[in-house]
This record gives sequence, C-alpha cells and structure tokens, in this order.
Amino acid sequence: MVAIIDYGVGNLFSLNSSLKAIGIPSIVTGKRDEILSADRLILPGVGAFGDAAEKLFDTGLGELIISEAGKGKPLLGICLGMQLLFDKSYEFGEYKGLGLIPGEVVPMRGVIPDDLKIPHIGWNSLIVKNENGLFTMTDQGRFVYFVHSFYAECDDRYISASAEYGCELTAAVSNKNVFGCQFHPEKSGDFGLEILRRFCSKEQET
Amino acid sequence: MITKRIIPCLDVRNGRVVKGMNFEGLKDVSSPVELAKYYSSCGADELVFYDITASAEGRKLFTDVLREVAANVFIPLTVGGGINTLEDFDRVLKCGADKVSVNSGAIKDPDLVYRAAKLYGSQCVILSCDIKRKDGEFRVFAKGGREDTGMEAISWIKKCVSIGAGEIVVNSIDTDGVKHGFDIEMLKAVCDAVSVPIIASGGAGSVDDFISLFSSLPKVDAGLAASVFHYGEILIKDLKNELDRNGIPVRLV
Repeated sequence: MVAIIDYGVGNLFSLNSSLKAIGIPSIVTGKRDEILSADRLILPGVGAFGDAAEKLFDTGLGELIISEAGKGKPLLGICLGMQLLFDKSYEFGEYKGLGLIPGEVVPMRGVIPDDLKIPHIGWNSLIVKNENGLFTMTDQGRFVYFVHSFYAECDDRYISASAEYGCELTAAVSNKNVFGCQFHPEKSGDFGLEILRRFCSKEQET
Repeated sequence: MITKRIIPCLDVRNGRVVKGMNFEGLKDVSSPVELAKYYSSCGADELVFYDITASAEGRKLFTDVLREVAANVFIPLTVGGGINTLEDFDRVLKCGADKVSVNSGAIKDPDLVYRAAKLYGSQCVILSCDIKRKDGEFRVFAKGGREDTGMEAISWIKKCVSIGAGEIVVNSIDTDGVKHGFDIEMLKAVCDAVSVPIIASGGAGSVDDFISLFSSLPKVDAGLAASVFHYGEILIKDLKNELDRNGIPVRLV
C-alpha cells in the first residue's frame, strides 16, 4: 500500500488515479497509523513552501515522515513535495524543510537568463545524471511535465536527472530510499506512470 | 529543452463532446474520455475542456465526465466555461482539473483572478481573452465574443497578470473560424506586454499556420485549436513531426 500524504495542500485526485491506473493500491491519508502501516510514502504538494512546511510540521506529519524515511521506507516527493525534502527554502522568506536530502531551494530568477519565462512550465526533456534513483541512462531525453518557479540546489551526487532551461535545473533527486521529482509524473503521460511504477517497486531498505 | 505545446480544445455540452469525427480506433466520437485518450496517445500536450452547458444538470454531468477523464488521462487538464466564483474553481479542481480558465467571470469580477491565484497558485489560473479589433484598438469581448466590454485588451491582460493570472489564452475573434492562420499581430502585442506563458488560439487551418506561429513569435508557448483537430484536418502526430522538421522544439511520442 502506498500512502499519499494529505496535509491539506494541493489536489491529490490525479496522483491517486495514476496509481490506480498502474494497479498500485493507494490511500490518500493524513492519519498516523495509515502512514505507519504503508509500505511506501508519496509526499505531494503545490503552492508555497512556507505554507506547506508549516502545515507539515503543525500536524506532526513532518516528524513522522522523517522518522519513517529514517527507517528506510521508500519516500517520493513530487514537485513542492520534492522541495520539502531539502534542508531549507528561500521562497518568500527562509523556511526549514524535512532535511532528508542536503541542499536548499532557491529562486530561478537570477539564475536562468532574463528572457526565459518563470514559472518553468511545460514539457521538458530529462538529462539523466546517474542511475542511483528512479532513472536509467536509456531515459535520456524523455519528456516530463514541469511547473515551478524555484529549484533545488544540491550536491551533484543527489541529482538523478536535470532539465535544460537556460541552465541545468534539478529535475529529480535521490538519497538512498528518498526520491524526488520536480516534475509531475502523474501528468507526464505513459513515461510518468512508468516512473511511479519504478518507485513502487522499491523495497524498504534495512 | 522546453517544448512548444499543442493543445486541443473540446467543447462539452451535457457531458458529450459537441463536434467530432470518426477517428480510427475511436468507438464513440462524442465521448470525452475516448477523445481525451485518443488525443493523449497522439501527442497532445494538454487538453482543454470547455463546458458550454447552461443547466445545473449539465454542470453535474460535466464534472462527472471530468472525473472520468482525469482518472484515465495523465496529461495536464484545463477546464473553462462557466467559471465565475471560487466555488467553481473548487468544483472542477476537485474533479481532477489542473488549471482553470476564466474569461467572462474575470470580466464581471476581476478580483476572482486575484483570489484564485492566492488560493491555488498562479499556475492554476489561466486568463482566456476573446479579442477583436475595434476603433483602432484591440478590444476585449465577453459572452463568447458577443458583447463589447469597451476594455482595451493589452491593458486588461497586463492587469490580470499583475494580480495573478499565470497563463494567457489569446483568442482572436478576427481570425477565429477563418482558418487562414493565427493572429500574429495581436499575439505579438500580447507577447511584448507580458512575460507569462501565452497560448495562441483562433485561426489555425493548416500545419503551416502552426509553423509560422512558432517561427515568427518565439515567445508564444502553445497553440490551441478545436475543429481542425476534431475534424481530422490536422493530425497532431503529423503536426508535431512537421514542427520538429522545421526546427521547432516539440515533444514527440
């Protein structure tokens, strides 16, 4: 069972449907016992980092996710959910994240050329950096759907894939049993479903 | 590399797609779910569902259909038509829409754009604008292009972007239905005024129209059309192959 963590941020209908479509049992939940008993966790999210982090920590779900991930349970953060895996974000202030992957979330503005639009929105191709995460080198150039204005800056060893948008932006990350996609696999067609399938085949690390 | 998006728009009345033709492998030409799956498999980058229902029962059918599409098609979905309040946003987002397009609703109450962007994020709020040349300016029309609002279009779009509209659909009434190409002049005026993604609509009649759109206006992010796709005059697969051959970045499936 995959628990899609519901902490009052964003629309989880499509994500839940996409897991159903590939035959993976899932539950949308904010309940402690259901998260504890799930085999894998997905942390979704849209909107602003500060609000989302506050909701996660206020509900106690933040600590729960940290401890479950610490036990080796596979965790996938999507979009803002990926950004929340990092130490902190500078989106409209400075906010603490879950600290599961060393690094921080910073604005694209000033990093990418001024003539490129922000948010980075649409289908962009992946540049696979290493095979530690959910990708293999054969995924080079596959298209996925992005919508974001901030991106994660971290050590290269955590970057599974990037995407070119004036410069290379972090597209996917991994750190042992913790995975993250800046793009939306649930909106990235058949290839997106394949990525979810791969995540769901990851076993608990011991 | 970021790609240009090709977006078919489907008009839905009482839960059924209004126009359509028989594509190979399509059992029911007016089933929104079947058509959505078909377009997605052909390489459509997003889909727009436009609710042209007037009645409450029709609205209910529309959201049922939307839920079914969202459960089966995994590309971004935009919903437009009859979006006048935050409750309307909530209603369609809960059923699986990723973005909501507002048109007359924003004209009646511009604050709707601000409130929706604040609640759901700018990425979720698309301003759709029907524009026609009148008295030497670009004029915003309401009610499906029937009513002159008296507002100048570029300043209206700038205003909506400043309060949170995340993308703009520019629909030229002057070129709509004529099938002689997109309204490059009007689109250029919008491109020069704002820096959010711009979706061109109205006038597509051939593959060449899309090529000249993206070649002459690199700042246009997407091309939207309805009948040329529904009647099979342009096949999305062929269109994307041709764009690719002409050096325009597209996602090939």
